[in-house]
Amino acid sequence: MEPRATALAAKGLTKTYGNLTAVDGVSLGLAPGEILGLLGPNGAGKTTTVSLLAGLTAPDAGEVLLGGEVLREDRPEAKGSLGLVPQELALYEALSAEENLRLFGALYGLAGKALTAAVERGLRFVGLWDRAGHKVRTFSGGMKRRLNLAAGLLHDPAVLLLDEPTVGVDPQSRNAIFALLEDLKSRGKALLYTTHYMEEAERLCDRIVIMDHGRILAEGTAASLSEKLAAPARLCAQISGAPEGSAWIEEVRSVPGVRGVSWENGRLVADLADVTAHLPGVLEALRARGVRLSSLSTEGPGLEAVFLALTGRELRDP
Amino acid sequence: MNARAFSALVRKDLALFFSDRRAVLLSLAAPIAIAAFFGFLFSGSSSESAPIALLVADEDGGPLSREIAARLSADAALSVRAVSGASEAREEVRKGKAAAAVVFPKDFSGGAVKAFFGREARPELRLLHDPTRGAEAAMVRGILTQHVMEVVSREAFSGPQGRIVAEESLSRVQSDPNLPERDRKVLSDLLRSVISWQDRAAQPGGEGASGGPAGGLRVPFTTTLEPVTSRKGVSYNGYAHSFAGMAVQFILMAAIEFGVGILVERRSGIWRRLRAAPVRPGVLLLSRGASGALLSLLIFLVCMGFGMAVFGVRIRGSAAGFLALGAAYSVMAGAFGVMLAALGRTPEATRGLAIFAVLLLVMLGGGWVPAILFPAWLNRATLALPTRWAVDGLDAVTWRGLGLGSALPAAGVLLAFALLFSLVAAWRFRWEEA
Repeated sequence: MEPRATALAAKGLTKTYGNLTAVDGVSLGLAPGEILGLLGPNGAGKTTTVSLLAGLTAPDAGEVLLGGEVLREDRPEAKGSLGLVPQELALYEALSAEENLRLFGALYGLAGKALTAAVERGLRFVGLWDRAGHKVRTFSGGMKRRLNLAAGLLHDPAVLLLDEPTVGVDPQSRNAIFALLEDLKSRGKALLYTTHYMEEAERLCDRIVIMDHGRILAEGTAASLSEKLAAPARLCAQISGAPEGSAWIEEVRSVPGVRGVSWENGRLVADLADVTAHLPGVLEALRARGVRLSSLSTEGPGLEAVFLALTGRELRDP
Repeated sequence: MNARAFSALVRKDLALFFSDRRAVLLSLAAPIAIAAFFGFLFSGSSSESAPIALLVADEDGGPLSREIAARLSADAALSVRAVSGASEAREEVRKGKAAAAVVFPKDFSGGAVKAFFGREARPELRLLHDPTRGAEAAMVRGILTQHVMEVVSREAFSGPQGRIVAEESLSRVQSDPNLPERDRKVLSDLLRSVISWQDRAAQPGGEGASGGPAGGLRVPFTTTLEPVTSRKGVSYNGYAHSFAGMAVQFILMAAIEFGVGILVERRSGIWRRLRAAPVRPGVLLLSRGASGALLSLLIFLVCMGFGMAVFGVRIRGSAAGFLALGAAYSVMAGAFGVMLAALGRTPEATRGLAIFAVLLLVMLGGGWVPAILFPAWLNRATLALPTRWAVDGLDAVTWRGLGLGSALPAAGVLLAFALLFSLVAAWRFRWEEA
């Protein structure tokens, strides 16, 4: 897969640990003002890919180009245009937010007024300016996540690698982080975003690369992937009254075009190859069995289904 | 090297250290407290030592045993208490109520004088002692020997028992058929001279009053103890050694925390962030070694400074040597911490093993008790340890009062260890991140 952009490109990256090939010939490209989602389950090779892209580990084969220049171990200064937001809260809890940012800014060569301005800008950007002097250990999980993001942005990098930056945060903080990332995108930053949350990738990313077992399985927009893989649409029905037993569920399952059915807590979910063509058959089967519905909705084909179609397993499988 | 990044990393480490007040307290107060205790134990201020508790069981009750007991009681080095007999003495020593007990057997007074001139069996003076107080028992033995010799010899030359024993011995010499004639004559002359001396001593105003053999034998010398320190008149200060030992120990303890800190950073993801920065990996490790060395030097100066201010520890030798040793040891400790980070896997396991290793290093290096007390082979073997060089070097420039020449070899060895540890760290450090 040929990279199509110049901000960051990877060509044939391969990394093995003993008998395990953690990353297997990964190539990708990232353009300025773009968010590229790297989607895959735990152990898919996302974090190792990020490590290779960030120069934390040397590839066994392949190369990383940053702004058109090959990233080399003996030229660490090239990493100045790269920002990393690790999956972990990589902060010194015993230091204040400002002290943390001052340290990370200094590592990127900032000093004096430039450093002070960058720290203030970073703290204001993530809404923590009023907590600048507070120890990180006093922060909530969401605040730490935002500070974690600010630490990666301090030197105003052209490329930002975000390794599952919303792990363990509440929905409100997650939305706040999404807003920050969209702001960065609007400023022309190139963002690589790894996640195993489908909804995050669908909502945030311009393009998505699906990885498993160290290899790229598919790449494209969420819509193009669904279309390309003919992923099914989903019918969700809230059931207010149903007969005893599971015969009616089997009835639904036997309707032509139904690819799968689940029934849990009064909610029926059925994957349909085509909503227009197969929804009437499902409704007829329900009516015939005396099942009463209190609500009904349909969703277009999702990445979850795309992933299932590609790998044959759920995204959150261990 | 990226000096700005290096200095930021060092400042960060110092800020982290001082942000944890408990760690600061442990690093600075603990060595002082323990050094003060060890210094008190090994201060060697004999003038303030309590007299040795000694029991006397006089089963003889004769004039000589009574006089010896009286002389022991009068000795300032002893605190004497009389007990009824050997069994009571044994019980009291077993209970730890006295360091030792002297048991005078029955007929000690007569037997000792007879044994002085003749071939009769010598009476057995038993010295029962607490096995944990061997040094005090040895001292009691010396004092006892002196008093017994003086009292028994005086009785032999001037007392009534001595006269009887001398006459009995003369009779035995003259009637012994196995004795060669020439020897018989010499011995008979000797014993007659003794009897003649005893006669004169018995007269008022005789020789016994003016000294000589009639006054008894005397130990023909006196002894004075002089501890050899930096110079004459300067007494040994045990705190000098104990503060050096504890500074050496707690600097390594702090180094462990520095090394483990890298492993914690690795686990927390901070190390990934640091490695992602445009800074060479060597700078990251070097900065950690440098901040470790700086804090080690701080601990060294605070600990030794406290010893000087409060416990009278003095640099009697080379001040430059003292500083060179402190600096070299601190550099070595910084490198030691980085090496731990290179060799360790998890913070918990590394800390546990490293604490054990440090305790061994300090114990065998003479940090707790001077290495001179070790068996000879161990004394030689421990020269392979950096702690031994540090402690010996600090002893040399403090209470021994030696010059820079005695400190520089030790400082050189410590720097060589620092180099060795750095090489191991560079070789074994896991630079790559998964």
